[in-house]
Amino acid sequence: MRTGLLAKKVGMTRLFKEDGVHVPVTVLSLEGCQVVAQKTVERDGYSAIQVGAGKAKAKNVAKPQRGHFAKAEVEPKAKLVEFRVADDALVPVGASFSPAHFVAGQFVDVTGMTIGKGFAGVMKRWNFGGLRATHGVSVSHRSHGSTGQRQDPGKVFKNKKMAGHMGDEQITQQNLEIVQTDVARGLIYVRGSVPGSRNSWLTLKDSVKIKAPKDLPYPAAVMSAAVEAPASVAPEATPESAGE
Amino acid sequence: MNLLQTLEAEQVAKWAATKKIPDFRAGDTLKIGVKVKEGERERIQFFEGMCIARANKGLGSNFTVRKVSFGEGVERVFPLYAPTVASIELLRRGDVRRAKLYYLRQRSGKSARISELKDNVGRDKAAAKKAAVAKPAA
Repeated sequence: MRTGLLAKKVGMTRLFKEDGVHVPVTVLSLEGCQVVAQKTVERDGYSAIQVGAGKAKAKNVAKPQRGHFAKAEVEPKAKLVEFRVADDALVPVGASFSPAHFVAGQFVDVTGMTIGKGFAGVMKRWNFGGLRATHGVSVSHRSHGSTGQRQDPGKVFKNKKMAGHMGDEQITQQNLEIVQTDVARGLIYVRGSVPGSRNSWLTLKDSVKIKAPKDLPYPAAVMSAAVEAPASVAPEATPESAGE
Repeated sequence: MNLLQTLEAEQVAKWAATKKIPDFRAGDTLKIGVKVKEGERERIQFFEGMCIARANKGLGSNFTVRKVSFGEGVERVFPLYAPTVASIELLRRGDVRRAKLYYLRQRSGKSARISELKDNVGRDKAAAKKAAVAKPAA
């Protein structure tokens, strides 16, 4: 199990491929995605790595956390997340991830917080039909109808779909295709849309449902390796994406 | 420019270099070469008609071409920078005062015509304006 990555949503655009196919893409930026800490079986009972990305002002970071970042010798990060990894897939602390971690054509699961919609009625939240426009309906055209039965059971069942807060919840969008990666800028292009607004944080993991290609960098593609071999990584990804 | 605009500008520059895009606007008659794939073979199909709308929005720029084919109005929206749009040829300039000519959909025959823009008229006007501006200054 490889580690996932932490990325910031830049926004959506489109790409034209050589054969004329148009691909709607979301651009994600790695923003200095780095390993901040390791969890090992000996010390913590499980293997995981803590990944941080973005920049936080040192004066706005509490002292204990500043110590945590100082121990890893990394800049204070705006966002920290932990990824469970296989025992042999630990990445050294301080390593910077490269977008080449994901290969064009592979599928990923993207997790993030959806855009908050506030207190929403049942028509918007649950796609209810609402009441009739005429025939004596007054004031409540967008309301729900009945919420249950009569004296027996005499209550509204739990989980009844009603009006309430909508959005700003964690969603995982599965099986999104990696269209292209830009190692120089630290960008990942994902086909289609991802949860959340621009500048929101997302985690990307190898798809759990679609089998990953065999040539994925294992345990991870880190920046130093990418700098050594940019010629082998980048052109490999580009013709592949263009050829699809 | 933010990052997304930079990325789009790069794409626009890349695709704009592959073809010549004339300076056209609504009312102009265009001949568009569209790449069509038939099995393995690729050929260019032409679509000739009047541009009735143009949207300039970076990489997402597009324009609508309308023609009347066998008495039936046909409109196609082309993405300006798509590689499938192989060529854009400007055949005739139209004299119009609107950016969007959707009113042509309700018209047919004589009333659906657009008169040709006489280039020298525009040039004379521009020259006269320039002279008028230059005279008071002198």
